[in-house]
Amino acid sequence: MRYLILIHSNPRSRALWETLTDEQRMEFGRGHMALGEEMDASGERVVSHGLTDPGLAKRVWVQDGETVTSDGPFAEVKEYLAGFYLVDCETEEQALAWAAKTPDAQLGGPVEVRPILDMSTLDL
Amino acid sequence: MNVTTEVEDLLRALAPQVLGVLVRRNGGFDTCEDAVQEALLAAAQQWPAEGVPANPTGWLITVAQRRLTEVWRSEAARRRREEAVFAADVDDAEVSTEDDTLTLLTMCCHPSLTRGSQVALTLRAVGGLTTGEIARALLVPESTVGQRISRAKAKIKAAGATFAPPPADEHDARVTAVLSVLYLIFNEGHTTSSGQALNRVELTGEAIRLTRQLRRRMPEDGEVAGLLALMLLTDARRPARTRPDGTLVPLAEQDRTRWDRAAIAEGTELITHALATATIGPYQLQAAIAAVHDEAAGPEDTDWTQILGLYELLTAAAPGPMVTLNRIVAVAMVRGPATALSELDRAEPTLGGHYRVDAVRAHLLDLAGDHEAARVHYEKAARRTLSLPEQQYLTACARSLP
Repeated sequence: MRYLILIHSNPRSRALWETLTDEQRMEFGRGHMALGEEMDASGERVVSHGLTDPGLAKRVWVQDGETVTSDGPFAEVKEYLAGFYLVDCETEEQALAWAAKTPDAQLGGPVEVRPILDMSTLDL
Repeated sequence: MNVTTEVEDLLRALAPQVLGVLVRRNGGFDTCEDAVQEALLAAAQQWPAEGVPANPTGWLITVAQRRLTEVWRSEAARRRREEAVFAADVDDAEVSTEDDTLTLLTMCCHPSLTRGSQVALTLRAVGGLTTGEIARALLVPESTVGQRISRAKAKIKAAGATFAPPPADEHDARVTAVLSVLYLIFNEGHTTSSGQALNRVELTGEAIRLTRQLRRRMPEDGEVAGLLALMLLTDARRPARTRPDGTLVPLAEQDRTRWDRAAIAEGTELITHALATATIGPYQLQAAIAAVHDEAAGPEDTDWTQILGLYELLTAAAPGPMVTLNRIVAVAMVRGPATALSELDRAEPTLGGHYRVDAVRAHLLDLAGDHEAARVHYEKAARRTLSLPEQQYLTACARSLP
């Protein structure tokens, strides 16, 4: 069963980040590295990435067959996705346990766990 | 069938035999398994171009043994042992197919491993699939599968497992674990059979093949026969269970002329024989239910009384939320939706908020003619399912109500 662990960034978590010392920020980065290694050792990490600043986001839509892009308005959004881990676990409890281990959750930041929509079917 | 496919099928069939010989000769399941994997890869590259050797098993054993020896060369302490072993010729008596397959299966499904690791290791060590093929089949990265396999082998080693059939007092529990891993592999393939990328190893076929091998070793075991029958009777409906666009066709609406009659005949014969001769168990009961569905010419010909009786037995043998819900659906067909709805009300507190409670309730309300309430529950079930085809199906049900 696969789960997406979404790490959000909001004004509260950003304010908290500002209060951290350089050493604490280094520790935070090392925490993500260590978590990734631990997930790999268990064979449960599918993929994970941190995302760039939402100011770099482009909005894409298709109008009359033409692709149109523009900047933002994501730069002004208060809460946005900052990174994710896709894990493949036996149980939801295990996915929740990984989420709790993210340095973000450890600092009290907003972390969300969503089950992935799969292709399974049951004969009805 | 092209040459490459023929070679791959042959290699998958030979993989457990070769591994069995190597482990019995040398010990060390983990290193032997790696060596066999390399021999299989070498064969997969060479045989399609150069032809299959006269003694393919001997070829694989020799190449794998040579690889193993290369590994040992770097470990001086093992030199003497290596020379003694390498001098040995391949002896046909060493190749005892069926026993090795069962021993390998119970080893790969060792209780110290997680289900995910058991699946990956079984597919590689017994199924003869490469790590890449397993990764594509399970839709996870190759490194993840590699990690699971090496972790699984380390755990088996740490648990002190030896290459021997499980002790008598553990035999039944270990075979039960093997059956549940094989069924998991089958379901993994069965549930993802639509709209998938090319070059995906077909897991349903693989699970059926491995279960056949197990049955050859344990022909009298009713649950082994029951599982094989269940797989055949379920897989028989595959041509009719999805539309070309990948959406789900429920059993009652399937074009039954597209069902695989040969698979149904084989599955029905297997389950009929097992029920008459063996101790009854959950796989046999599920296969018997599948057989009753499969033998009905149309949905209106389904013998729901018999299905309800089988679900009563299954409820006693292996209770669970899915069994409870399926039994209630059968109750509706035999005693009417009102009775089934009141049974669902009584059962609901024990079903732990399972999303299918809403799907079943919607279906029962639909049968009872309460379309407005049915729509509400179909929509709720669609929001709560974890499956895309099921979500599409439930949404379509909600929309098609009058």
